[in-house]
Amino acid sequence: MSTQQAEPESQEAPEDPAMKGAESPAADEQTGGGMVDDHAEKRAELEGETVHIKVFRYDPEVEGKQEPRFDDFHVPFEKGMTVLDAVMYARDEYDSSLTFRHSCRQAVCGSDAFFVNGKQRLGCKTQISDLEQPVRIEPLPHQEVVKDLVVDMDHFYDQMHTVEPYFQDEDTPATEDLEEQRQTPENREKIKMSSRCIWCGACMSSCNIAAGDNEYLGPAAINKAYKFAMDDREDEQIKEHRLRILEQEHGVWRCQTQFSCTEVCPKDIPLTEHIQELKREAVKKNLKFW
Amino acid sequence: MSQSYNRGLVEDFGRWKEFSAGMWAWIFHKFTGWVLIGYLFTHIAVLSTSIGGAQGETTMVGGEELNVYTATLQGLEGLFLIRLLEVGLLAVAVFHILNGLRLLMVDLGVGLEAQDKSFYASLVLTGAITVASVPTFLTGVTI
Ligand code: HEM
Ligand code: SF4
Ligand code: FES
Repeated sequence: MSTQQAEPESQEAPEDPAMKGAESPAADEQTGGGMVDDHAEKRAELEGETVHIKVFRYDPEVEGKQEPRFDDFHVPFEKGMTVLDAVMYARDEYDSSLTFRHSCRQAVCGSDAFFVNGKQRLGCKTQISDLEQPVRIEPLPHQEVVKDLVVDMDHFYDQMHTVEPYFQDEDTPATEDLEEQRQTPENREKIKMSSRCIWCGACMSSCNIAAGDNEYLGPAAINKAYKFAMDDREDEQIKEHRLRILEQEHGVWRCQTQFSCTEVCPKDIPLTEHIQELKREAVKKNLKFW
Repeated sequence: MSQSYNRGLVEDFGRWKEFSAGMWAWIFHKFTGWVLIGYLFTHIAVLSTSIGGAQGETTMVGGEELNVYTATLQGLEGLFLIRLLEVGLLAVAVFHILNGLRLLMVDLGVGLEAQDKSFYASLVLTGAITVASVPTFLTGVTI
């Protein structure tokens, strides 16, 4: 088990000090000099200090770690430090068994959604200087914890796939007749925000309804369906088919407009707005008398 | 992965300080909706005891003969607790109506980016109307 863990770490390790080197003094002075920013003062206060983080720990495979607990780390603060940077530092310098997912470090891959100070956030998109200390870092709520900050995402992915998240065409022409399918700029604009989802699962984790109803499609899947249902290039019958999936018992009507998902989405997707629009579409589809 | 750990409902009421505007709006709307239903049934139950008033049935209150309906109402309204509960009922009803209008707007997709502000506005207006109602509800009653 320990060898399995060591592997990804040794891949990250050489990359990391290099990054930190690139950020150090020279770069700091440059950005620091010209920076006019609300948080500048707060950051200056933290400069040269350590950040206190409390990280949720759980490991079913090591005796004595099977009981969940919080570990405290004091990480040297650097300008621009994100929550992900802090846990990476803690892992690299203090405890190599600390486990979490991450990859792109620029809010693209969606692998590092954590529950930070009581809110679902992307580790790599959250400045640690914006948070109150000690910073509590937990795995996403309402998902099974596999180890430390790693949760089981299978259910989330299942829900995403339920809405058939791929472009569909009634009768695809023969290969030689295939041509580019153009979209109007207006239509592109309509689905623009919905197409930004990075499958991080923050929204689903924040949703009170999804927590109580395991079959609820959840905001991310509904948003994914929105992206295709609103795309003019798909036929009307396919849109109807999509609405039939969405209007089922555990579909759009579960949403109680609590706005939790919209609050936490790191890509600022107006999730509630999209769900509400699909509710109206579903109603319109069923009103046939006018 | 031999096993995993179910943390259960992590975001329970113990975390109420972390709830956002939309969440509070939902909780208050549920609460006020059910209080109104509760009031409706109490209201019907209490007033049905004096339904004889329509047939001119009377009762003796302090040596005076009164219509039962009038007697029941005067008896209730003479209680400070009832007056206080009336202020509460007004607050609950006003919030439910104002937030209900907010929810209808949300359903129509109007002003969703300001949903938190409209919730705070509902709260403030409810507070103002409730305070303004106090003189009306609490006059002429002794504790
Ligand atoms: C002008 C007056 C009212 C308005 C505008 C209004 C509006 C609403 C709306 C929009 C909802 C749905 C909330 C959602 O989307 O989930 C709702 C729910 C509800 N309302 Fe009202 N309402 C009004 C009066 C009343 C009255 C007089 C009662 C009781 C006698 C009442 C009891 C309820 C209940 C029990 C719920 C369901 C709460 C739940 O979700 O469990 N409402 N109201
Ligand atoms: S909708 Fe937003 S919060 Fe939900 S999975 Fe996509 S990016 Fe993450
Ligand atoms: S590491 Fe890829 S989104 Fe944060």
